[in-house]
Amino acid sequence: MKHIKTLTHKTIEKGGCGECQTSCQSACKTSCTVGNQSC
Amino acid sequence: MGQVHKFKLNNKNIILDINSGSVHVVDKLVWDIIEFYENNSMEEIVSKLESAYPVDSIKEAYSEIQDLISNGLLFSDDIYIDDFKYNEENIIKALCLHIAHDCNLRCQYCFASQGDFDGERLLMPLEVGKKALDFLVENSGNRVNLEVDFFGGEPFMNFDVVKELVAYGREIEKKKNKRFRYTITTNGLMLNKENMKFINDNMDNVVLSIDGRKQVNDEMRTTINGEGSYDIIVPKFLDFVKMRGNKGYYARGTFTSKNLDFSNDVLALRELGFKSISVEPVVASPEHDYALLEEHLGTILEEYEKLSKEYIKLKKEDDAFEFFHFMIDLNQGPCFIKRIVGCGAGTEYLAVTPEGDFYPCHQFVGDESFKMGNVFSGINNLELREKFKQANVYSKDECKECWARYYCSGGCHANAYNFNKDINKPYRIGCEMEKKRVECAISVAANLK
Repeated sequence: MKHIKTLTHKTIEKGGCGECQTSCQSACKTSCTVGNQSC
Repeated sequence: MGQVHKFKLNNKNIILDINSGSVHVVDKLVWDIIEFYENNSMEEIVSKLESAYPVDSIKEAYSEIQDLISNGLLFSDDIYIDDFKYNEENIIKALCLHIAHDCNLRCQYCFASQGDFDGERLLMPLEVGKKALDFLVENSGNRVNLEVDFFGGEPFMNFDVVKELVAYGREIEKKKNKRFRYTITTNGLMLNKENMKFINDNMDNVVLSIDGRKQVNDEMRTTINGEGSYDIIVPKFLDFVKMRGNKGYYARGTFTSKNLDFSNDVLALRELGFKSISVEPVVASPEHDYALLEEHLGTILEEYEKLSKEYIKLKKEDDAFEFFHFMIDLNQGPCFIKRIVGCGAGTEYLAVTPEGDFYPCHQFVGDESFKMGNVFSGINNLELREKFKQANVYSKDECKECWARYYCSGGCHANAYNFNKDINKPYRIGCEMEKKRVECAISVAANLK
């Protein structure tokens, strides 16, 4: 692509295993952010 | 046709495809075509733009846009799940143990009311802590990774119990095929070589509370005698960070209306030698003179942008530098389910008081109407648990159409309740800050890739 660079949800089927970290436990305990987690 | 969110930041034109989560950095031509794309044919777009761009280039860019659309990466349809079910088995995987409702600091803004959460000053007995871990394991279903956060107050005021509980959890792990991820938050006052070694060896993450510049920290974070804590904690924290090596920690500060130039606090912490930094907006009701109000919002958003510019520059020189909210995993982010439900408070994640009472999370502790049960008798407020289980991006009117919904996941229930008395009505200032942080984080990624 000459004009567009793609940097990167439809994880639905096998998502939700629940083994990842609780987002609120990661650093701040007040500004919970799921978006910066990994899976 | 699905929605996109377009923004320009840090010299990048960025298009976020809301429903697929795809992020595209585009040139000015594509940016202009996207403006007209939804309501115009290619011929109409060419006629609108041919005075500014060569026709061949317009057609070429148009074709690239169509490629992304056909691959489901642009203007993609919403992925709303009609029969969305969440945690039907009532599995619990994380506890925040209020190991001490007591503190040796008197921070002005403390949502724990200087450590006692508006109650008596109490330490969690070992028996309550063990019962909490037993409860967690018994209710964790087939989950392997469990989390226990030692919180307060100041957890080091009850450190013997912390040590006993860590050992108790390790015994359970072997028998039950579980893995405990331990974390602790400390104000640093009681750190010494011995307890530093223990938390370094046993904690997956350590949160070190410090607000940034000395004058900022010492205005808010004072000892019982009213003196600043900065000079006491900084040497201890730096010793700990040196010991920590590559293991997880955060220097975690709070900004208030008194330091709206908080990017300087992030940079001051970095200058001191901290690499992983999190500086967060204060949680405070409007009557406090340090509270964040609507009138501060413009300044705060500009400050995040200012920090993102500086962050890009510094990150290119020092890859280890991390600002919590500017870290975003664009290749392997959380699954869609997680993006809808957020933190899991009140259902997968609970707080436990020193007496053993359950609350949806640490920020609800002290409000009796949110008490959910007790470690000795289990969860008995089933209605409240159901209410939290149902609180997600789909249940919040403000979130349904918000472009950031799959990054923010509906925001903090406690903030929603504290400001709007409804866990399904998000805290607007928090929303605006989160949207700006997501834009900044994406623009950082765009500049560093």
